[in-house]
Amino acid sequence: MSYGTGNEWFPYYEQAFSEGSFSYRTGNELPYYEQVFSDSGVLGMQASEQKAIQVTDLTVAYQDKPVLWDIDLDVPPGVLLSIVGPNGAGKTTLIKAILGLVRPAAGNVLIYDKPYEAQRQIIGYVPQRGSVDWDFPTNVLDVVMMGCYGALGWIRRPGKKERELAMQALEKVGMEAYATRQISQLSGGQQQRVFLARALVQDATVYLMDEPFQGVDATTERAIVTLLQELRADGKTVVVVHHDLQTVTDYFDWVMLLNIRRIASGPVDEAFTSDNLRETYGGRLAFMK
Amino acid sequence: MENLSILTHFDYTLMIVAVGAALLGTVSGALGSYAVLRRQSLLGDAISHAALPGIAIAFLLTGSKTPLILVLGAAIAGWLGTLLIMSIVRLTRIKYDSALAIVLSTFFGFGLVLHTLIQRTGNANQAGLDTFLFGQAATLLERDVLTIGILGGIALVVMLIFWKELKLLVFDEGFAASIGFPTRTLDILLTSLLVVAIVLGLQAVGAVLMSAMLVAPAVAARQWTDRLRLMVFLAACFGALAGVSGTIISSTASRIPTGPTIVLCATVVVGLSIAFAPNRGLIWDRIRQQRNRRNLKMETSRY
Repeated sequence: MSYGTGNEWFPYYEQAFSEGSFSYRTGNELPYYEQVFSDSGVLGMQASEQKAIQVTDLTVAYQDKPVLWDIDLDVPPGVLLSIVGPNGAGKTTLIKAILGLVRPAAGNVLIYDKPYEAQRQIIGYVPQRGSVDWDFPTNVLDVVMMGCYGALGWIRRPGKKERELAMQALEKVGMEAYATRQISQLSGGQQQRVFLARALVQDATVYLMDEPFQGVDATTERAIVTLLQELRADGKTVVVVHHDLQTVTDYFDWVMLLNIRRIASGPVDEAFTSDNLRETYGGRLAFMK
Repeated sequence: MENLSILTHFDYTLMIVAVGAALLGTVSGALGSYAVLRRQSLLGDAISHAALPGIAIAFLLTGSKTPLILVLGAAIAGWLGTLLIMSIVRLTRIKYDSALAIVLSTFFGFGLVLHTLIQRTGNANQAGLDTFLFGQAATLLERDVLTIGILGGIALVVMLIFWKELKLLVFDEGFAASIGFPTRTLDILLTSLLVVAIVLGLQAVGAVLMSAMLVAPAVAARQWTDRLRLMVFLAACFGALAGVSGTIISSTASRIPTGPTIVLCATVVVGLSIAFAPNRGLIWDRIRQQRNRRNLKMETSRY
Protein backbone atom coordinates (compact mmCIF):
# COMPACT_ATOMS: atom_id res chain seq x y z
CA MET A 1 0.00 0.00 0.00
CA SER A 2 1.27 3.40 -0.87
CA TYR A 3 0.29 6.90 0.03
CA GLY A 4 2.39 8.52 -2.69
CA THR A 5 4.25 11.40 -1.16
CA GLY A 6 2.74 10.57 2.15
CA ASN A 7 1.15 13.97 2.45
CA GLU A 8 -2.03 13.70 0.48
CA TRP A 9 -3.96 11.74 3.06
CA PHE A 10 -3.13 14.16 5.78
CA PRO A 11 -5.65 16.90 4.85
CA TYR A 12 -8.45 14.32 5.02
CA TYR A 13 -7.37 13.42 8.45
CA GLU A 14 -7.43 17.01 9.59
CA GLN A 15 -10.73 17.64 7.92
CA ALA A 16 -12.27 14.67 9.63
CA PHE A 17 -11.13 16.06 12.91
CA SER A 18 -12.50 19.53 12.38
CA GLU A 19 -15.83 18.15 11.22
CA GLY A 20 -16.09 16.16 14.35
CA SER A 21 -16.53 12.77 12.75
CA PHE A 22 -13.67 11.52 14.94
CA SER A 23 -15.23 13.22 17.91
CA TYR A 24 -14.05 12.08 21.25
CA ARG A 25 -16.66 12.26 23.98
CA THR A 26 -15.88 15.14 26.25
CA GLY A 27 -18.67 14.34 28.65
CA ASN A 28 -20.45 17.61 27.95
CA GLU A 29 -22.59 16.53 25.06
CA LEU A 30 -25.45 14.28 25.99
CA PRO A 31 -26.37 11.35 23.78
CA TYR A 32 -29.87 11.54 22.42
CA TYR A 33 -31.34 8.90 24.70
CA GLU A 34 -30.32 10.83 27.74
CA GLN A 35 -31.96 13.97 26.46
CA VAL A 36 -35.12 11.97 25.92
CA PHE A 37 -35.05 10.78 29.48
CA SER A 38 -34.13 13.92 31.28
CA ASP A 39 -36.84 15.76 29.39
CA SER A 40 -39.66 13.32 29.78
CA GLY A 41 -38.69 11.47 32.91
CA VAL A 42 -40.43 8.42 31.49
CA LEU A 43 -38.83 5.19 32.60
CA GLY A 44 -40.89 2.52 30.95
CA MET A 45 -41.10 2.86 27.22
CA GLN A 46 -37.70 3.63 25.78
CA ALA A 47 -36.10 1.66 28.59
CA SER A 48 -36.81 -1.56 26.77
CA GLU A 49 -34.65 -0.36 23.88
CA GLN A 50 -31.76 1.43 25.50
CA LYS A 51 -29.91 -0.09 28.44
CA ALA A 52 -27.62 1.93 30.67
CA ILE A 53 -25.93 -1.26 31.77
CA GLN A 54 -26.31 -4.63 30.10
CA VAL A 55 -24.64 -7.64 31.69
CA THR A 56 -24.84 -10.87 29.74
CA ASP A 57 -23.92 -14.38 30.90
CA LEU A 58 -21.28 -12.98 33.26
CA THR A 59 -19.26 -15.55 35.19
CA VAL A 60 -16.36 -14.65 37.45
CA ALA A 61 -14.21 -17.19 39.27
CA TYR A 62 -11.32 -16.90 41.70
CA GLN A 63 -9.09 -19.94 41.21
CA ASP A 64 -11.77 -22.56 40.48
CA LYS A 65 -14.46 -21.19 42.77
CA PRO A 66 -17.24 -19.27 41.00
CA VAL A 67 -18.00 -15.94 42.64
CA LEU A 68 -20.56 -14.91 40.07
CA TRP A 69 -22.41 -17.45 37.97
CA ASP A 70 -24.09 -16.68 34.67
CA ILE A 71 -25.36 -13.24 35.62
CA ASP A 72 -27.77 -11.41 33.34
CA LEU A 73 -28.72 -7.90 34.30
CA ASP A 74 -30.36 -5.09 32.37
CA VAL A 75 -30.42 -1.69 33.97
CA PRO A 76 -32.54 0.89 32.19
CA PRO A 77 -31.33 4.49 32.24
CA GLY A 78 -32.43 6.78 35.04
CA VAL A 79 -33.05 4.23 37.76
CA LEU A 80 -31.70 3.98 41.28
CA LEU A 81 -30.83 0.32 41.66
CA SER A 82 -29.65 -1.47 44.77
CA ILE A 83 -27.79 -4.75 44.69
CA VAL A 84 -28.54 -6.78 47.79
CA GLY A 85 -27.45 -10.20 48.94
CA PRO A 86 -25.67 -11.97 51.80
CA ASN A 87 -21.96 -11.67 52.51
CA GLY A 88 -19.93 -13.37 49.83
CA ALA A 89 -22.75 -13.09 47.32
CA GLY A 90 -20.44 -11.36 44.85
CA LYS A 91 -21.89 -7.83 45.05
CA THR A 92 -18.54 -6.07 45.05
CA THR A 93 -17.23 -8.45 42.39
CA LEU A 94 -20.18 -7.62 40.16
CA ILE A 95 -19.45 -3.88 40.47
CA LYS A 96 -15.79 -4.52 39.74
CA ALA A 97 -16.60 -6.73 36.78
CA ILE A 98 -18.85 -4.02 35.32
CA LEU A 99 -15.95 -1.58 35.77
CA GLY A 100 -13.53 -3.98 34.10
CA LEU A 101 -11.44 -4.24 37.28
CA VAL A 102 -12.02 -7.99 37.47
CA ARG A 103 -11.54 -10.16 34.42
CA PRO A 104 -14.60 -12.34 33.87
CA ALA A 105 -14.26 -16.01 32.96
CA ALA A 106 -17.16 -15.59 30.57
CA GLY A 107 -19.79 -13.12 29.49
CA ASN A 108 -19.69 -9.44 28.73
CA VAL A 109 -20.77 -6.02 29.92
CA LEU A 110 -22.06 -3.14 27.86
CA ILE A 111 -22.57 0.44 29.02
CA TYR A 112 -24.98 2.22 26.68
CA ASP A 113 -24.28 -0.45 24.04
CA LYS A 114 -20.52 -0.06 24.14
CA PRO A 115 -17.82 -1.86 26.08
CA TYR A 116 -16.58 -0.23 29.24
CA GLU A 117 -13.30 0.98 27.76
CA ALA A 118 -15.18 3.18 25.31
CA GLN A 119 -17.43 4.65 28.01
CA ARG A 120 -15.05 5.44 30.85
CA GLN A 121 -15.80 9.13 30.61
CA ILE A 122 -19.45 8.63 31.53
CA ILE A 123 -18.92 6.30 34.48
CA GLY A 124 -18.39 7.33 38.08
CA TYR A 125 -17.11 4.93 40.73
CA VAL A 126 -17.30 5.06 44.50
CA PRO A 127 -15.14 2.27 45.94
CA GLN A 128 -15.61 0.87 49.43
CA ARG A 129 -14.44 3.36 51.99
CA GLY A 130 -12.18 0.75 53.60
CA SER A 131 -10.30 0.07 50.36
CA VAL A 132 -7.87 2.95 50.85
CA ASP A 133 -5.47 4.08 53.55
CA TRP A 134 -7.02 7.18 55.11
CA ASP A 135 -3.69 8.04 56.73
CA PHE A 136 -2.33 8.92 53.28
CA PRO A 137 -0.71 12.37 53.44
CA THR A 138 -3.24 14.47 51.56
CA ASN A 139 -6.27 16.67 52.20
CA VAL A 140 -9.94 16.52 51.31
CA LEU A 141 -9.81 18.87 48.31
CA ASP A 142 -6.96 16.88 46.81
CA VAL A 143 -8.87 13.60 47.02
CA VAL A 144 -11.98 15.15 45.47
CA MET A 145 -9.90 16.58 42.62
CA MET A 146 -8.83 13.04 41.76
CA GLY A 147 -12.28 12.80 40.17
CA CYS A 148 -10.89 15.05 37.40
CA TYR A 149 -7.87 12.88 36.67
CA GLY A 150 -9.70 10.78 34.09
CA ALA A 151 -10.74 13.85 32.09
CA LEU A 152 -7.30 15.41 32.50
CA GLY A 153 -5.52 12.36 31.10
CA TRP A 154 -1.80 11.80 31.39
CA ILE A 155 0.59 14.25 33.03
CA ARG A 156 -1.67 17.34 33.00
CA ARG A 157 -2.14 18.63 36.53
CA PRO A 158 -5.41 19.84 38.02
CA GLY A 159 -5.69 23.63 37.98
CA LYS A 160 -8.10 26.35 38.96
CA LYS A 161 -11.01 24.88 37.04
CA GLU A 162 -10.62 21.49 38.69
CA ARG A 163 -10.34 23.17 42.08
CA GLU A 164 -13.65 24.93 41.51
CA LEU A 165 -15.35 21.73 40.37
CA ALA A 166 -14.10 20.01 43.49
CA MET A 167 -15.34 22.81 45.75
CA GLN A 168 -18.78 22.65 44.11
CA ALA A 169 -18.91 18.89 44.69
CA LEU A 170 -17.88 19.38 48.30
CA GLU A 171 -20.70 21.89 48.74
CA LYS A 172 -23.18 19.35 47.37
CA VAL A 173 -22.17 16.85 50.04
CA GLY A 174 -21.99 19.51 52.75
CA MET A 175 -18.24 19.25 53.23
CA GLU A 176 -16.98 22.58 51.88
CA ALA A 177 -15.73 23.57 55.34
CA TYR A 178 -13.43 20.53 55.34
CA ALA A 179 -11.61 21.23 52.07
CA THR A 180 -8.18 21.69 53.63
CA ARG A 181 -8.67 19.05 56.32
CA GLN A 182 -6.19 16.18 56.43
CA ILE A 183 -8.14 13.06 55.45
CA SER A 184 -7.09 11.04 58.50
CA GLN A 185 -9.08 13.47 60.67
CA LEU A 186 -12.41 12.57 59.02
CA SER A 187 -15.11 10.43 60.55
CA GLY A 188 -16.45 7.44 58.62
CA GLY A 189 -19.42 9.40 57.34
CA GLN A 190 -17.22 12.28 56.24
CA GLN A 191 -14.88 9.91 54.42
CA GLN A 192 -17.89 8.54 52.56
CA ARG A 193 -19.01 12.03 51.59
CA VAL A 194 -15.54 12.82 50.28
CA PHE A 195 -15.67 9.73 48.07
CA LEU A 196 -19.12 10.74 46.83
CA ALA A 197 -17.86 14.24 46.07
CA ARG A 198 -15.01 12.75 44.06
CA ALA A 199 -17.54 10.77 42.02
CA LEU A 200 -19.66 13.90 41.50
CA VAL A 201 -16.61 15.64 40.06
CA GLN A 202 -16.44 12.87 37.46
CA ASP A 203 -19.77 14.24 36.18
CA ALA A 204 -20.79 10.79 35.04
CA THR A 205 -23.98 9.41 33.51
CA VAL A 206 -23.73 6.03 35.20
CA TYR A 207 -22.64 5.72 38.83
CA LEU A 208 -21.46 2.55 40.53
CA MET A 209 -21.18 2.73 44.32
CA ASP A 210 -19.88 0.06 46.64
CA GLU A 211 -21.62 0.27 50.02
CA PRO A 212 -21.87 4.05 50.37
CA PHE A 213 -24.01 3.58 53.50
CA GLN A 214 -21.53 1.41 55.34
CA GLY A 215 -20.80 2.71 58.82
CA VAL A 216 -22.39 6.15 58.44
CA ASP A 217 -24.73 7.78 60.95
CA ALA A 218 -28.40 8.54 60.32
CA THR A 219 -27.78 12.15 59.26
CA THR A 220 -25.18 11.18 56.67
CA GLU A 221 -27.35 8.34 55.43
CA ARG A 222 -30.20 10.80 54.89
CA ALA A 223 -27.87 13.21 53.07
CA ILE A 224 -26.53 10.45 50.82
CA VAL A 225 -30.03 9.21 49.94
CA THR A 226 -31.07 12.74 49.01
CA LEU A 227 -28.00 13.04 46.84
CA LEU A 228 -28.67 9.71 45.09
CA GLN A 229 -32.25 10.74 44.39
CA GLU A 230 -31.06 14.05 42.97
CA LEU A 231 -28.74 12.17 40.65
CA ARG A 232 -31.64 10.04 39.48
CA ALA A 233 -33.79 13.14 38.97
CA ASP A 234 -31.01 14.43 36.69
CA GLY A 235 -31.44 11.32 34.57
CA LYS A 236 -28.35 9.51 35.86
CA THR A 237 -28.29 5.80 36.47
CA VAL A 238 -27.09 4.85 39.94
CA VAL A 239 -26.18 1.32 41.02
CA VAL A 240 -25.56 0.88 44.73
CA VAL A 241 -24.36 -2.13 46.70
CA HIS A 242 -26.60 -2.08 49.75
CA HIS A 243 -26.81 -4.03 52.99
CA ASP A 244 -29.88 -2.82 54.83
CA LEU A 245 -32.95 -4.68 53.58
CA GLN A 246 -35.28 -2.50 55.69
CA THR A 247 -34.55 0.59 53.61
CA VAL A 248 -34.55 -0.88 50.10
CA THR A 249 -38.20 0.00 49.46
CA ASP A 250 -37.76 3.56 50.77
CA TYR A 251 -34.54 4.46 48.99
CA PHE A 252 -34.55 2.63 45.67
CA ASP A 253 -36.85 2.07 42.73
CA TRP A 254 -35.04 -0.95 41.33
CA VAL A 255 -33.43 -3.88 43.07
CA MET A 256 -31.27 -6.86 42.19
CA LEU A 257 -31.15 -9.83 44.51
CA LEU A 258 -27.83 -11.59 44.20
CA ASN A 259 -26.29 -14.69 45.67
CA ILE A 260 -23.62 -15.90 43.24
CA ARG A 261 -26.53 -16.21 40.80
CA ARG A 262 -29.03 -13.54 40.04
CA ILE A 263 -32.14 -14.42 42.01
CA ALA A 264 -34.25 -11.56 40.71
CA SER A 265 -34.02 -8.05 39.35
CA GLY A 266 -36.53 -5.41 38.41
CA PRO A 267 -38.65 -2.67 39.94
CA VAL A 268 -38.72 -2.97 43.73
CA ASP A 269 -42.42 -3.77 43.96
CA GLU A 270 -41.98 -6.69 41.54
CA ALA A 271 -38.63 -8.14 42.49
CA PHE A 272 -38.38 -7.44 46.21
CA THR A 273 -40.74 -10.22 47.32
CA SER A 274 -40.41 -12.39 50.40
CA ASP A 275 -40.10 -15.48 48.18
CA ASN A 276 -37.15 -13.97 46.35
CA LEU A 277 -35.59 -12.81 49.59
CA ARG A 278 -35.90 -16.25 51.10
CA GLU A 279 -34.23 -17.73 48.06
CA THR A 280 -31.43 -15.15 48.27
CA TYR A 281 -30.75 -15.46 51.96
CA GLY A 282 -31.67 -19.12 52.38
CA GLY A 283 -34.54 -18.64 54.82
CA ARG A 284 -32.47 -16.78 57.41
CA LEU A 285 -34.74 -13.78 57.43
CA ALA A 286 -36.81 -14.04 60.56
CA PHE A 287 -36.81 -10.29 61.05
CA MET A 288 -38.49 -9.51 57.74
CA LYS A 289 -41.99 -10.82 58.86
CA MET B 1 55.45 11.79 53.53
CA GLU B 2 52.55 9.43 53.00
CA ASN B 3 50.52 11.16 55.67
CA LEU B 4 50.99 14.43 53.92
CA SER B 5 49.71 13.19 50.59
CA ILE B 6 46.65 11.75 52.29
CA LEU B 7 45.99 15.16 53.78
CA THR B 8 46.21 17.00 50.48
CA HIS B 9 43.88 14.54 48.77
CA PHE B 10 41.58 14.41 51.74
CA ASP B 11 39.34 17.35 50.98
CA TYR B 12 38.79 16.47 47.36
CA THR B 13 38.00 12.83 48.06
CA LEU B 14 35.71 13.79 50.87
CA MET B 15 33.91 16.28 48.69
CA ILE B 16 33.32 13.68 45.97
CA VAL B 17 32.08 11.21 48.54
CA ALA B 18 29.80 13.76 50.20
CA VAL B 19 28.28 14.85 46.87
CA GLY B 20 27.68 11.22 45.94
CA ALA B 21 26.07 10.47 49.27
CA ALA B 22 23.87 13.56 49.09
CA LEU B 23 22.62 12.66 45.61
CA LEU B 24 22.02 9.12 46.75
CA GLY B 25 20.12 10.17 49.84
CA THR B 26 17.98 12.59 47.84
CA VAL B 27 16.96 10.01 45.25
CA SER B 28 16.33 7.15 47.66
CA GLY B 29 14.58 9.36 50.20
CA ALA B 30 12.15 10.79 47.63
CA LEU B 31 11.34 7.47 45.97
CA GLY B 32 11.31 5.63 49.28
CA SER B 33 8.30 7.75 50.29
CA TYR B 34 6.20 5.87 47.76
CA ALA B 35 7.45 2.50 48.96
CA VAL B 36 6.58 3.37 52.56
CA LEU B 37 3.13 4.71 51.66
CA ARG B 38 2.42 1.57 49.64
CA ARG B 39 3.50 -0.60 52.57
CA GLN B 40 6.28 -1.99 50.41
CA SER B 41 9.16 -1.12 52.72
CA LEU B 42 10.47 -4.66 52.60
CA LEU B 43 10.37 -4.79 48.81
CA GLY B 44 13.38 -2.46 48.83
CA ASP B 45 15.23 -4.95 50.99
CA ALA B 46 14.43 -7.77 48.60
CA ILE B 47 15.50 -5.73 45.57
CA SER B 48 18.83 -4.71 47.07
CA HIS B 49 19.68 -8.26 48.12
CA ALA B 50 18.54 -9.64 44.79
CA ALA B 51 20.79 -7.17 42.96
CA LEU B 52 23.99 -8.69 44.36
CA PRO B 53 24.38 -11.60 41.92
CA GLY B 54 23.80 -9.15 39.08
CA ILE B 55 26.96 -7.27 40.01
CA ALA B 56 29.00 -10.48 40.10
CA ILE B 57 27.62 -11.73 36.80
CA ALA B 58 28.17 -8.36 35.11
CA PHE B 59 31.78 -8.46 36.30
CA LEU B 60 32.28 -12.08 35.22
CA LEU B 61 30.89 -11.40 31.77
CA THR B 62 32.70 -8.15 31.05
CA GLY B 63 35.67 -8.22 33.41
CA SER B 64 35.12 -4.53 33.92
CA LYS B 65 34.30 -2.48 36.96
CA THR B 66 32.79 0.42 35.07
CA PRO B 67 30.03 1.67 37.35
CA LEU B 68 27.44 1.80 34.59
CA ILE B 69 27.97 -1.87 33.71
CA LEU B 70 27.83 -3.05 37.31
CA VAL B 71 24.77 -0.90 37.98
CA LEU B 72 23.11 -2.34 34.90
CA GLY B 73 23.81 -5.90 36.09
CA ALA B 74 22.47 -5.05 39.53
CA ALA B 75 19.38 -3.44 38.07
CA ILE B 76 18.58 -6.44 35.88
CA ALA B 77 19.00 -8.87 38.77
CA GLY B 78 16.97 -6.66 41.12
CA TRP B 79 14.29 -6.40 38.49
CA LEU B 80 14.15 -10.14 37.92
CA GLY B 81 13.89 -10.65 41.66
CA THR B 82 10.93 -8.28 41.87
CA LEU B 83 9.26 -9.90 38.89
CA LEU B 84 9.76 -13.30 40.49
CA ILE B 85 8.15 -12.10 43.74
CA MET B 86 5.13 -10.78 41.85
CA SER B 87 4.79 -13.99 39.82
CA ILE B 88 5.05 -16.20 42.91
CA VAL B 89 2.28 -14.24 44.60
CA ARG B 90 0.07 -14.35 41.51
CA LEU B 91 0.60 -17.92 40.42
CA THR B 92 0.94 -19.84 43.67
CA ARG B 93 -0.72 -19.81 47.05
CA ILE B 94 2.45 -18.50 48.69
CA LYS B 95 1.85 -15.18 50.46
CA TYR B 96 3.68 -11.93 49.74
CA ASP B 97 5.95 -11.95 52.80
CA SER B 98 7.06 -15.54 52.17
CA ALA B 99 7.72 -14.80 48.51
CA LEU B 100 9.85 -11.82 49.56
CA ALA B 101 11.85 -13.95 51.98
CA ILE B 102 12.39 -16.75 49.47
CA VAL B 103 13.59 -14.50 46.66
CA LEU B 104 15.68 -12.31 48.94
CA SER B 105 17.63 -15.17 50.50
CA THR B 106 17.99 -17.20 47.32
CA PHE B 107 19.33 -14.33 45.24
CA PHE B 108 21.52 -13.09 48.06
CA GLY B 109 22.94 -16.56 48.64
CA PHE B 110 23.67 -16.93 44.95
CA GLY B 111 25.33 -13.54 44.97
CA LEU B 112 27.57 -14.49 47.88
CA VAL B 113 28.63 -17.71 46.14
CA LEU B 114 29.53 -15.82 42.97
CA HIS B 115 31.48 -13.19 44.88
CA THR B 116 33.46 -15.85 46.72
CA LEU B 117 34.25 -17.55 43.42
CA ILE B 118 35.46 -14.27 41.94
CA GLN B 119 37.70 -13.67 44.94
CA ARG B 120 39.22 -17.16 44.56
CA THR B 121 40.20 -16.51 40.97
CA GLY B 122 42.65 -13.94 42.26
CA ASN B 123 41.83 -11.55 39.45
CA ALA B 124 43.67 -8.38 40.38
CA ASN B 125 40.81 -6.31 39.05
CA GLN B 126 38.30 -7.84 41.44
CA ALA B 127 39.36 -5.89 44.48
CA GLY B 128 36.48 -3.77 45.71
CA LEU B 129 33.61 -5.96 44.61
CA ASP B 130 32.97 -6.93 48.21
CA THR B 131 32.20 -3.32 49.06
CA PHE B 132 28.79 -3.98 47.55
CA LEU B 133 27.93 -6.01 50.63
CA PHE B 134 28.22 -3.39 53.36
CA GLY B 135 29.15 -0.40 51.25
CA GLN B 136 32.32 1.65 51.27
CA ALA B 137 31.60 5.22 50.38
CA ALA B 138 35.31 6.03 50.41
CA THR B 139 35.62 4.01 47.20
CA LEU B 140 33.29 6.40 45.36
CA LEU B 141 35.08 8.00 42.43
CA GLU B 142 34.09 10.87 40.24
CA ARG B 143 32.65 8.56 37.60
CA ASP B 144 30.53 6.81 40.25
CA VAL B 145 29.13 10.10 41.45
CA LEU B 146 28.42 11.11 37.86
CA THR B 147 26.53 7.85 37.31
CA ILE B 148 24.52 8.40 40.48
CA GLY B 149 23.76 12.00 39.49
CA ILE B 150 22.60 11.24 35.96
CA LEU B 151 20.56 8.09 36.61
CA GLY B 152 19.17 9.40 39.89
CA GLY B 153 18.26 12.68 38.23
CA ILE B 154 16.40 10.84 35.49
CA ALA B 155 14.52 8.80 38.09
CA LEU B 156 13.48 11.95 39.97
CA VAL B 157 12.37 13.71 36.78
CA VAL B 158 10.25 10.70 35.80
CA MET B 159 8.73 10.72 39.29
CA LEU B 160 7.86 14.41 38.92
CA ILE B 161 6.40 13.96 35.43
CA PHE B 162 4.07 11.18 36.56
CA TRP B 163 3.42 12.75 39.97
CA LYS B 164 -0.36 12.77 39.63
CA GLU B 165 -0.55 9.23 38.28
CA LEU B 166 1.77 7.78 40.91
CA LYS B 167 -0.07 9.55 43.72
CA LEU B 168 -3.37 8.15 42.51
CA LEU B 169 -1.87 4.66 42.15
CA VAL B 170 -0.58 4.68 45.70
CA PHE B 171 -3.73 6.17 47.23
CA ASP B 172 -6.49 4.35 45.36
CA GLU B 173 -5.44 1.78 42.79
CA GLY B 174 -8.99 0.58 42.07
CA PHE B 175 -10.20 4.09 41.28
CA ALA B 176 -7.13 4.71 39.11
CA ALA B 177 -7.97 1.61 37.08
CA SER B 178 -11.63 2.59 36.82
CA ILE B 179 -10.80 5.91 35.13
CA GLY B 180 -8.51 4.21 32.66
CA PHE B 181 -4.96 4.46 33.99
CA PRO B 182 -3.02 1.24 33.35
CA THR B 183 -2.25 0.44 36.98
CA ARG B 184 -0.09 -2.55 36.10
CA THR B 185 2.18 -0.38 33.95
CA LEU B 186 2.29 2.33 36.61
CA ASP B 187 3.14 -0.30 39.19
CA ILE B 188 6.02 -1.50 37.05
CA LEU B 189 7.15 2.11 36.52
CA LEU B 190 7.19 2.81 40.24
CA THR B 191 9.02 -0.42 40.99
CA SER B 192 11.57 0.36 38.29
CA LEU B 193 12.24 3.75 39.86
CA LEU B 194 12.81 2.00 43.18
CA VAL B 195 15.20 -0.43 41.50
CA VAL B 196 17.17 2.50 40.09
CA ALA B 197 17.38 4.20 43.50
CA ILE B 198 18.53 0.97 45.12
CA VAL B 199 21.22 -0.12 42.67
CA LEU B 200 22.71 3.37 42.68
CA GLY B 201 23.24 3.06 46.41
CA LEU B 202 24.77 -0.40 46.42
CA GLN B 203 28.41 0.68 46.20
CA ALA B 204 28.18 3.32 48.88
CA VAL B 205 25.67 1.76 51.26
CA GLY B 206 25.75 -1.92 50.39
CA ALA B 207 23.09 -4.49 49.62
CA VAL B 208 22.49 -5.47 53.21
CA LEU B 209 21.35 -2.10 54.51
CA MET B 210 20.30 -0.19 51.40
CA SER B 211 16.61 -0.50 52.23
CA ALA B 212 17.19 1.72 55.27
CA MET B 213 17.98 4.57 52.86
CA LEU B 214 14.52 4.12 51.34
CA VAL B 215 12.52 3.60 54.49
CA ALA B 216 14.08 5.72 57.25
CA PRO B 217 13.95 9.16 55.58
CA ALA B 218 10.35 8.57 54.45
CA VAL B 219 9.22 7.44 57.90
CA ALA B 220 10.88 10.47 59.48
CA ALA B 221 9.38 12.84 56.89
CA ARG B 222 5.87 11.48 57.39
CA GLN B 223 6.08 12.59 61.03
CA TRP B 224 6.45 16.24 60.11
CA THR B 225 3.84 16.76 57.41
CA ASP B 226 0.46 15.72 56.07
CA ARG B 227 1.17 16.72 52.48
CA LEU B 228 2.66 14.29 50.01
CA ARG B 229 4.65 16.97 48.24
CA LEU B 230 6.29 18.12 51.46
CA MET B 231 6.81 14.55 52.62
CA VAL B 232 8.72 13.64 49.47
CA PHE B 233 10.77 16.83 49.73
CA LEU B 234 11.58 16.32 53.40
CA ALA B 235 12.42 12.65 52.83
CA ALA B 236 14.85 13.72 50.12
CA CYS B 237 16.46 16.21 52.54
CA PHE B 238 16.64 13.70 55.39
CA GLY B 239 18.09 11.13 53.01
CA ALA B 240 20.77 13.57 51.89
CA LEU B 241 21.50 14.50 55.49
CA ALA B 242 21.84 10.90 56.65
CA GLY B 243 23.83 10.01 53.54
CA VAL B 244 26.31 12.85 53.91
CA SER B 245 26.83 12.52 57.65
CA GLY B 246 27.10 8.73 57.45
CA THR B 247 29.58 8.70 54.60
CA ILE B 248 31.73 11.45 56.07
CA ILE B 249 31.94 9.71 59.43
CA SER B 250 32.74 6.39 57.79
CA SER B 251 35.34 7.74 55.40
CA THR B 252 37.20 9.80 58.00
CA ALA B 253 37.36 7.02 60.56
CA SER B 254 39.36 4.27 58.95
CA ARG B 255 37.53 1.41 57.32
CA ILE B 256 34.15 1.63 58.98
CA PRO B 257 31.69 0.31 56.41
CA THR B 258 29.39 3.11 55.24
CA GLY B 259 26.09 1.22 55.23
CA PRO B 260 25.92 0.74 58.99
CA THR B 261 27.10 4.30 59.65
CA ILE B 262 24.42 5.79 57.41
CA VAL B 263 21.79 3.61 59.01
CA LEU B 264 22.82 4.87 62.43
CA CYS B 265 22.62 8.48 61.23
CA ALA B 266 19.21 7.86 59.66
CA THR B 267 18.06 6.25 62.89
CA VAL B 268 18.92 9.41 64.79
CA VAL B 269 16.77 11.42 62.37
CA VAL B 270 13.91 8.94 62.70
CA GLY B 271 14.20 8.91 66.48
CA LEU B 272 14.13 12.70 66.74
CA SER B 273 11.18 12.86 64.35
CA ILE B 274 9.16 10.28 66.23
CA ALA B 275 9.84 12.08 69.50
CA PHE B 276 9.59 15.75 68.62
CA ALA B 277 7.46 16.19 65.49
CA PRO B 278 4.31 18.25 66.07
CA ASN B 279 0.97 16.42 65.91
CA ARG B 280 2.38 12.97 65.26
CA GLY B 281 5.29 13.10 67.68
CA LEU B 282 5.24 11.26 71.00
CA ILE B 283 5.98 14.28 73.18
CA TRP B 284 3.37 16.41 71.45
CA ASP B 285 0.91 13.57 71.91
CA ARG B 286 1.64 13.36 75.60
CA ILE B 287 1.23 17.11 76.11
CA ARG B 288 -2.07 17.09 74.26
CA GLN B 289 -3.34 14.18 76.33
CA GLN B 290 -2.52 15.94 79.56
CA ARG B 291 -4.10 19.16 78.44
CA ASN B 292 -7.26 17.36 77.43
CA ARG B 293 -7.41 15.57 80.74
CA ARG B 294 -6.93 18.79 82.67
CA ASN B 295 -9.62 20.56 80.66
CA LEU B 296 -12.07 17.71 81.15
CA LYS B 297 -11.38 17.67 84.88
CA MET B 298 -12.03 21.39 85.12
CA GLU B 299 -15.23 21.24 83.15
CA THR B 300 -16.69 18.31 85.02
CA SER B 301 -15.80 19.62 88.48
CA ARG B 302 -17.54 22.89 87.84
CA TYR B 303 -20.96 21.35 88.34
